[in-house]
Amino acid sequence: MAANYEYDDAPAANYEGESGGEGGYDPNFVPDSVKSFVVHMYRHIREKNVYEIHQMCETSFQTLSERLFKETPWPCVEAIAPYVDNDHVFCLLYREMWFRHLYARLSPTLKQRIDSYDNYCSLFQVVLHGVVNMQLPNQWLWDMVDEFVYQFQSFCQFRAKLKNKTEQEIALLKQHDKAWNVYGVLNFLQALVEKSTIVQILEQDKDGLEQFTATDGYDYSGGSNVLKVLGYFSMVGLLRVHCLLGDYHTGLKWLQPIDITQQGVYTSVIGCHIATIYHYGFANLMLRRYVDAVREFNKILLYIYKTKQYHQKSPQYEQILKKNEQMYALLAVCLSLCPQTKLVDESVNSQLREKYGEKMMRMQRYDDEAFVIFDELFSYACPKFITPSAPSFEEPLVNYNQDAYRLQLKMFLYEVKQQQLLAGVRTFLKVYSSISLAKLAKYMEVDESTLRTILLTYKHKTHSVDSDGRIISNADIDFYVNNDKIYVVETKPAKRHGDFFLRQIAKFDAVHIVYHAFKLRNG
Amino acid sequence: MGREIQSPQEQSESYTVEQLVAVNPFNPEILPDLENYVNEQVTSQTYSLEANLCLLRLYQFEPERMNTHIVAQILVKALMAMPTPDFSLCLFLIPERVQMEEQFKALIVLSHYLETGRFQQFWDEAAKNSQIFEAVPGFEQAIQAYASHLLSLSYQKVPRSVLAEAVNMDGASLEKFIEHQVTNSGWIVEKENGSIVLPQNEFNHPELKKNTGENVPLEHIARIFPILG
Repeated sequence: MAANYEYDDAPAANYEGESGGEGGYDPNFVPDSVKSFVVHMYRHIREKNVYEIHQMCETSFQTLSERLFKETPWPCVEAIAPYVDNDHVFCLLYREMWFRHLYARLSPTLKQRIDSYDNYCSLFQVVLHGVVNMQLPNQWLWDMVDEFVYQFQSFCQFRAKLKNKTEQEIALLKQHDKAWNVYGVLNFLQALVEKSTIVQILEQDKDGLEQFTATDGYDYSGGSNVLKVLGYFSMVGLLRVHCLLGDYHTGLKWLQPIDITQQGVYTSVIGCHIATIYHYGFANLMLRRYVDAVREFNKILLYIYKTKQYHQKSPQYEQILKKNEQMYALLAVCLSLCPQTKLVDESVNSQLREKYGEKMMRMQRYDDEAFVIFDELFSYACPKFITPSAPSFEEPLVNYNQDAYRLQLKMFLYEVKQQQLLAGVRTFLKVYSSISLAKLAKYMEVDESTLRTILLTYKHKTHSVDSDGRIISNADIDFYVNNDKIYVVETKPAKRHGDFFLRQIAKFDAVHIVYHAFKLRNG
Repeated sequence: MGREIQSPQEQSESYTVEQLVAVNPFNPEILPDLENYVNEQVTSQTYSLEANLCLLRLYQFEPERMNTHIVAQILVKALMAMPTPDFSLCLFLIPERVQMEEQFKALIVLSHYLETGRFQQFWDEAAKNSQIFEAVPGFEQAIQAYASHLLSLSYQKVPRSVLAEAVNMDGASLEKFIEHQVTNSGWIVEKENGSIVLPQNEFNHPELKKNTGENVPLEHIARIFPILG
């Protein structure tokens, strides 16, 4: 698998189509700026200059792509290899970027998808065997995991559109049935988690025996951060893959070693921070733990709201905005099912009203039109679900790329249907402190025994079971029944002063130190 | 392919199925073990969501290996795990065309009744599909436990007729059931009208709700130790 760079035969004609036929692409031509780019990158990697590597990935690579490779791939790896001592690992890294650029700007062919998978295999194997002695920026390591999962998802979608596949493509799919195989993908991610012993590292980190979080995962004592941090990000990758499969429970289990109530390495890369919370929130929405979803969506949306301008130049900016919009949609959905607006910060709330205020009012009505909106927001904001199994090529070739999405959507709307009567009860509970069953039944135009079932549904749907099996109330308005009378209880959210004071103490201390220094200097 | 796994044969001797799932969740070779484990859960009245989700995932990866009888048993066990959302969690992983089969349709209807507190309809429907549950020991008891749970979240005092409907019992069997709950779960029967006073919890007696307001974990406070020191 080592020298698997048969890229010479990447037909130039392939790209003419996409680049509008201007001049043709010569994969072997290396412009001076690229030469200088790889030479510098290679040097910085050898010298473990993390900051410079980061700059080159985030800025130089993007600028060069914009200037020279807008509609063609970068030069093939063989062409640049001589400038980097044919370094095996560097070549793997270069190809990782090469494919990432290709996926972002052009449409990869089936062959390229397969080759990219092989490249990830080689790269991860090198890392897993512990021979990589590098210090790479978190951003890049995150991008690797993120891209790996993205390309897997993209492959599943691509494969599922069987209808317009050529015979040649079908043959290639059959021949390379290991490429982007779901077992392979999951096993790599799991292997990275295990081999890195990241779960134990995080345990020790909590007890102060490790400095993983404090150093953002970097290793300042001469070691490498690559396996550790890849293992860490792989947990987020596993959360995402499980969400794509519809296994929300197991997905959240993979995330458990990361304490998302605190800052951590996952917050050091904005893309990772967003991906983590987006999938965490979505999984909790599907598990009916609306309060958990609302709380975390609120936090990250507030964070994005406050820091958006700093990311404007980042290559991830568009992605950030898209996920931002999707999370507002999911927040709107959560709050329509569980109106805990008190949990939402003022500035997030005003954004939410602006974007979805009207739709939220309509969703509250739970009529046919409301279901259309639930459908619309869910479809817009959900992950791109996949069917992980390989198709059977014998049957008539039909597209099945929508199957997984349709199932999740159907299940979600089913849940919404089950909750459709609850908004009605809530309206009445809001205005009474106690009311007899008979009276409420009359108001709601149902008989008493139906009302009792609606009340039980309300209790059941507003109380979720947390990961430890405890019952947690998600209700803003709750009630209890004593024989034939309903007593209403309004729950007040607990105000959290603890964190506020902790932050202020730290801030005050910082001010105090500055003041002290100032006083010393000025006698 | 980067699979760092030992062969499951040599493991299963010293490992329980639960451990197998924890170590090897993405190994197709544990599929038969997991299927056996589903049967074992049925007979021994135990339950493992992790193992069952793992099996459903493997079916999802290799649909041709799916055994619908096992899937049905997993779903029955998930119903018995109410009020958890396990039934939905399982359905999320079962392709729509499989869900269309009669036995699954019936289970989905039953779950719908449980999810919406319609116990009477549930018991009626369950009676029509008794073949699904007869072979699953503890089924009725599990649903009755869920019904009792949901009632005690909602009621301080529940009329006997409402209870009877929810647990699908009357006459002597209802008496016996209530007696059992009186001894074991702190239920009280009112003398004058036979209503049942359900045990107090923070959901039917909101004043019991602990003031969870301020609970700052030690590790958060530890962060300011250097400052305080």
